[in-house]
Amino acid sequence: MTKTSHRIWKYGDNINTDVIFPGKYTYTISHDPQELARHALEDLDPTFAARARMGDVIVAGRNFGNGSSREQAVTCLKHAGVRAVIAHSFARIYYRNAINNGLLAIECPPIVDCVETGDLLKLDMAAHEIRACERTFAFAPLPAEVRVILDAGGLIPYLLAEL
Amino acid sequence: MPTLTEQILARASGRKRVVPGEIVVIEPDVTLSHDNSAAIAKIFAQLPHKRVKYPERLAITLDHAVPPPTPKHARNHAEIREFVRAQGIQRFYEVGRGICHQVLCEEGVVGPGMTLLGADSHSPHYGWLGAFSAGIGRSEVAALWATGQLWLRVPETLRINLTGSLRRGVTSKDLTLALIGRLGADGAAYMAVEFAGEGLAKLTPDSRAALTNMMAEMGAKSACIPPDDITWRWLRDTLARTRPQDYEQRLDFFEANALYPLADAQVARERTIDLSEVEPMVACPHTVDNTLPLSEVAGRRVDVGFIGTCTNGRLEDLAAAAELVSGRQLRARLLVIPASSLVLRDATEAGYITALLEAGAVIGTPGCGPCMGNHMGVLAPGEVCISSANRNFRGRMGEPTAEIYLANPAVVAASCLVGKLIHPADL
Repeated sequence: MTKTSHRIWKYGDNINTDVIFPGKYTYTISHDPQELARHALEDLDPTFAARARMGDVIVAGRNFGNGSSREQAVTCLKHAGVRAVIAHSFARIYYRNAINNGLLAIECPPIVDCVETGDLLKLDMAAHEIRACERTFAFAPLPAEVRVILDAGGLIPYLLAEL
Repeated sequence: MPTLTEQILARASGRKRVVPGEIVVIEPDVTLSHDNSAAIAKIFAQLPHKRVKYPERLAITLDHAVPPPTPKHARNHAEIREFVRAQGIQRFYEVGRGICHQVLCEEGVVGPGMTLLGADSHSPHYGWLGAFSAGIGRSEVAALWATGQLWLRVPETLRINLTGSLRRGVTSKDLTLALIGRLGADGAAYMAVEFAGEGLAKLTPDSRAALTNMMAEMGAKSACIPPDDITWRWLRDTLARTRPQDYEQRLDFFEANALYPLADAQVARERTIDLSEVEPMVACPHTVDNTLPLSEVAGRRVDVGFIGTCTNGRLEDLAAAAELVSGRQLRARLLVIPASSLVLRDATEAGYITALLEAGAVIGTPGCGPCMGNHMGVLAPGEVCISSANRNFRGRMGEPTAEIYLANPAVVAASCLVGKLIHPADL
């Protein structure tokens, strides 16, 4: 178990990509980390971007990241400092985008109802465990073919290392 | 026996048989991107590959913000044109040709049995032609440009059997909203949806496209309808117009390539829907699965209507709206954006555009329009919009305090005639 405690931001079900990163910015903001971070969760929690700190985690309900395929919905959180999104479940394109950009996306349904915004958790990626509210929650490891992409830091770093 | 989706993925990955849960690598026949192509090109530039591996497999449309509303958007398009020129991409569709999913079907880029991966969440669309197609992210498209291949997890299948036929005034859009309302926004998460049953024979090409397109809103990875006489007739009629020089060869290729469902295919889940029981439906703010029968929300205020998008911007949709508003005047503003230039041309020749204009509607350039809040009809604070599009998320049309209701195009047109939600039959 790592020593670091991660501060939790808790949200509900079906947190879609439009409230994570509004569509009106998708063709004008793509790569600038500060600009991406500034609009993170803009239409869900306008206070988030200013208050998020490096190492924070988001805990959410079902179907996190449904909607658009826009990858900024992942990178804006990453640049805002988010270490991991832990959810009951993810929308499939969001899940792929998270892995491909080195953002931890962890499916762990039982933790969702036991934590609140401001609580702390610890994350052990080697043991596939999360510790929070004085309990330990296990989560399923990624398939080996996919884990190598995440471990490389994302799809592009993975391809660069492969070549 | 394998499902239709499994048959397509097995062939695409060079395996005899694939099973759900397995990770396979495929080389998709088509890789789609649109206005996001400049951003993808920047990711591609991080890789050592100077050239796209299979330029003939790329398809790029300009559709999400067309014509460009700001110099930033215009520069984005200019960068894409430069990439297309430098890489020798032949299948590039300019501003005004239409929305990627409609255009690639009309142009015969995708057909039965083929595979497409696209940097667009409504990529399941092509299943209406019996193809396998799924949405992916921008980095993955950059990787496909470089290497030509990508991993996929073979999805479990949800089969939806359709019986009976839709009542008058009810469309496939109502069917999708009923399904999504019942099963939820993640009702088919990670799954392939396969439609089956005698009810399919009553569904027109345009309404089939709306059906597979909207399965994205149920979380599906892909959705498909087995090719039948309706599919082949549409392909022949359309390709004869868009590629008269080689449409016979293209159809021969599609026929040789098509795969069909096997009688005893094993699926993870199965549902049966009697089409005659589907009611006119509305998705209320701010999620697509927040559905109610239209009868329960009739009378709510409407400020503006929008008919268009890859979901419901086709000829059949414009025809339904034109028929309703013909000889009447709209009370609420109505924006109509045909899904493609071909749809616009056909709607003009059929008199639909004149009827819509005479009633007071506004016609926009073929493309995605205000669907994702970029331009051309975004909403004001507090406005209520009734839309034939696919998403009603908060802020989707550019303004978080606005409310978006989703419905079929006839309900949109009828509601704009009276300035409140109403079914055409109650006008």
